[in-house]
Amino acid sequence: MLKDEDRIFTNLYGWMDSGLKGAKARGDWDGTAKLIKLGHDEIVERVKASGLRGRGGAGFPTGLKWSFMPKEVGARPHYLVVNADESEPGTCKDRDIIRNEPHKLLEGCVLAGFAMRAHAAYIYIRGEFVNEARRLQAAIDEAYAAGLLGDNAAKSGWKFDIYLHRGAGAYICGEETALIESLEGKKGQPRLKPPFPAGAGLYGCPTTVNNVESIAVVPTILRRGADWFAGLGKDGNTGTKLFCISGHVNNPCNVEEEMGIPLRELIEKHAGGVRGGWDNLLAVIPGGSSTPLMPQAVCNTITMDFDALKEAGTGLGTAGVIVMDKSTDVVKAISRLSYFYKHESCGQCTPCREGTGWMWRMMERLVRGDAEIHEIDTLEQVTRQVEGHTICALGDAAAWPIQGLIKHFRPEIERRITAHRAAAAVEAAE
Amino acid sequence: MSIDARIADNQPDSFAFTRENEAEIKRIVAKYPKGRQASAVMPLLDLAQRQHDNWIPMKAIELIAKKLDMAEIRVLEVATFYTMFNLKPVGKYFLQACTTTPCWLRGSDNMMRCIKDRYGISSGETSECGRFTLLEVECLGACVNAPILQVNDDFYEDLDYASTGALLDSLEADEPLPVGSVTGRSGSESASGATSLAALKPAE
Repeated sequence: MLKDEDRIFTNLYGWMDSGLKGAKARGDWDGTAKLIKLGHDEIVERVKASGLRGRGGAGFPTGLKWSFMPKEVGARPHYLVVNADESEPGTCKDRDIIRNEPHKLLEGCVLAGFAMRAHAAYIYIRGEFVNEARRLQAAIDEAYAAGLLGDNAAKSGWKFDIYLHRGAGAYICGEETALIESLEGKKGQPRLKPPFPAGAGLYGCPTTVNNVESIAVVPTILRRGADWFAGLGKDGNTGTKLFCISGHVNNPCNVEEEMGIPLRELIEKHAGGVRGGWDNLLAVIPGGSSTPLMPQAVCNTITMDFDALKEAGTGLGTAGVIVMDKSTDVVKAISRLSYFYKHESCGQCTPCREGTGWMWRMMERLVRGDAEIHEIDTLEQVTRQVEGHTICALGDAAAWPIQGLIKHFRPEIERRITAHRAAAAVEAAE
Repeated sequence: MSIDARIADNQPDSFAFTRENEAEIKRIVAKYPKGRQASAVMPLLDLAQRQHDNWIPMKAIELIAKKLDMAEIRVLEVATFYTMFNLKPVGKYFLQACTTTPCWLRGSDNMMRCIKDRYGISSGETSECGRFTLLEVECLGACVNAPILQVNDDFYEDLDYASTGALLDSLEADEPLPVGSVTGRSGSESASGATSLAALKPAE
């Protein structure tokens, strides 16, 4: 188990003051100007050396992403955009950073922004987080008043501004180019890539979009050293990670743990175990709703990191761990996710707009068993025709949970169809 | 839902921002670079909604378009794309119930049933008294505190049938319960006490 002294988010549960005074007592904003003196490229190098991979779902190396920004600032300013549009079902970690550790995020913005030669950051927070946005705005105001933001941010000689922008209810805005569109005052519909945001992002300017957690861990990485962070977790999957454990556990909670922790240990140490005991476990969705579920046999030994979960045919995603015990109607659980994706499809690409609705209606029939056996294969084929055929990954995200269900629970789907048919035959005979 | 069904039939004849909100608009627009004032469209729609009993009349859409030098259709497009903008009246207490899988696994059906038992309303409907509107919404992003009911700006967490009833009682009396977990746990810590950082927990 991760030691408390290696935990970054010591106010994760909001026991202490989230304001500047409390944050400083926890070590935030300590020697920020000295870290800035390292220089743009050295900060990028150190973040690369730490092995930090993006915490928003895709797991792309953060330092490498920053290095795609132009080395010279031309006529177009550079922007850092922070993705605080946390909406992936099962995920509620950024909310805790925003409300309880806002200064870690703000200091991270200054350091990351400086590293990519940006003078401004926009933090895009989901609209429903009204109170969280108030807390974050209060932290921003406090930081300005203390000279930590503005013309000479933290006395570093670097001008840096942070603006908070609230969304208004659209999961799709968690996709980076949809977020940029939304920030520009449009419908949140993803852009075709290329051009990538580092070339032409917000207002057509070089932009990097990072998840809240990815940015908020940067100050601690720079203060304690890349080696410290890289020494935690596993090769290629370093550091600490916020896990959200929801669903059928005795004590759902968020916790910061070491990357690569065995799933069983995570659930039993921190979430009070599966309701009714480990043997009562049916399946786990390991990384937010988009990642395919794993049956108990896989859960027994799997470790929670990008590479191990990828190898198991799923993913770490956002580390939103959704636990389902044996009382779960697993077909319905996945069908509810299908409805989610249907609801959240932005409507731009035909395979997703039409496919998500089609897949959800088919899933509802499978919940009742009102289908033919061969239609399971038809559904599987349709998921393959949506996956990879849309501008953004929402189509993929809608396809994967269904693929996982068919892969691991096909006998259960067939059982329902057979039972439904038998019941219909009895009814007809009467 | 068709656009027509989302927009109120009865519209006020005019809309103007209050003086305080006009000042706020200046502060909002200043966040964005010159010429990029369209970025302020969502904050301005939110401002209009807050000023106007939690819904946005068409006159406000027209006014915002004028203020931001946008075509009206572009503003309406934004107002209809995002689910949080109400284009017709809602009750004083706008109940947004999350029923996505993590909340569903923790019993969001019971929370919904409690609301339905009391007011006889389903998603999208308003109670007979006019004070409660229910909307089934997608993941609210507080999954370890499921199930969640958002009442206007505030999240109520860890609800079951009985505590949803207690919450509704408090709203009916216009004395809402404290925001957050109804079981009293601090944020996202485990209900049986945090399993990490315990040494840092301040004494009660």
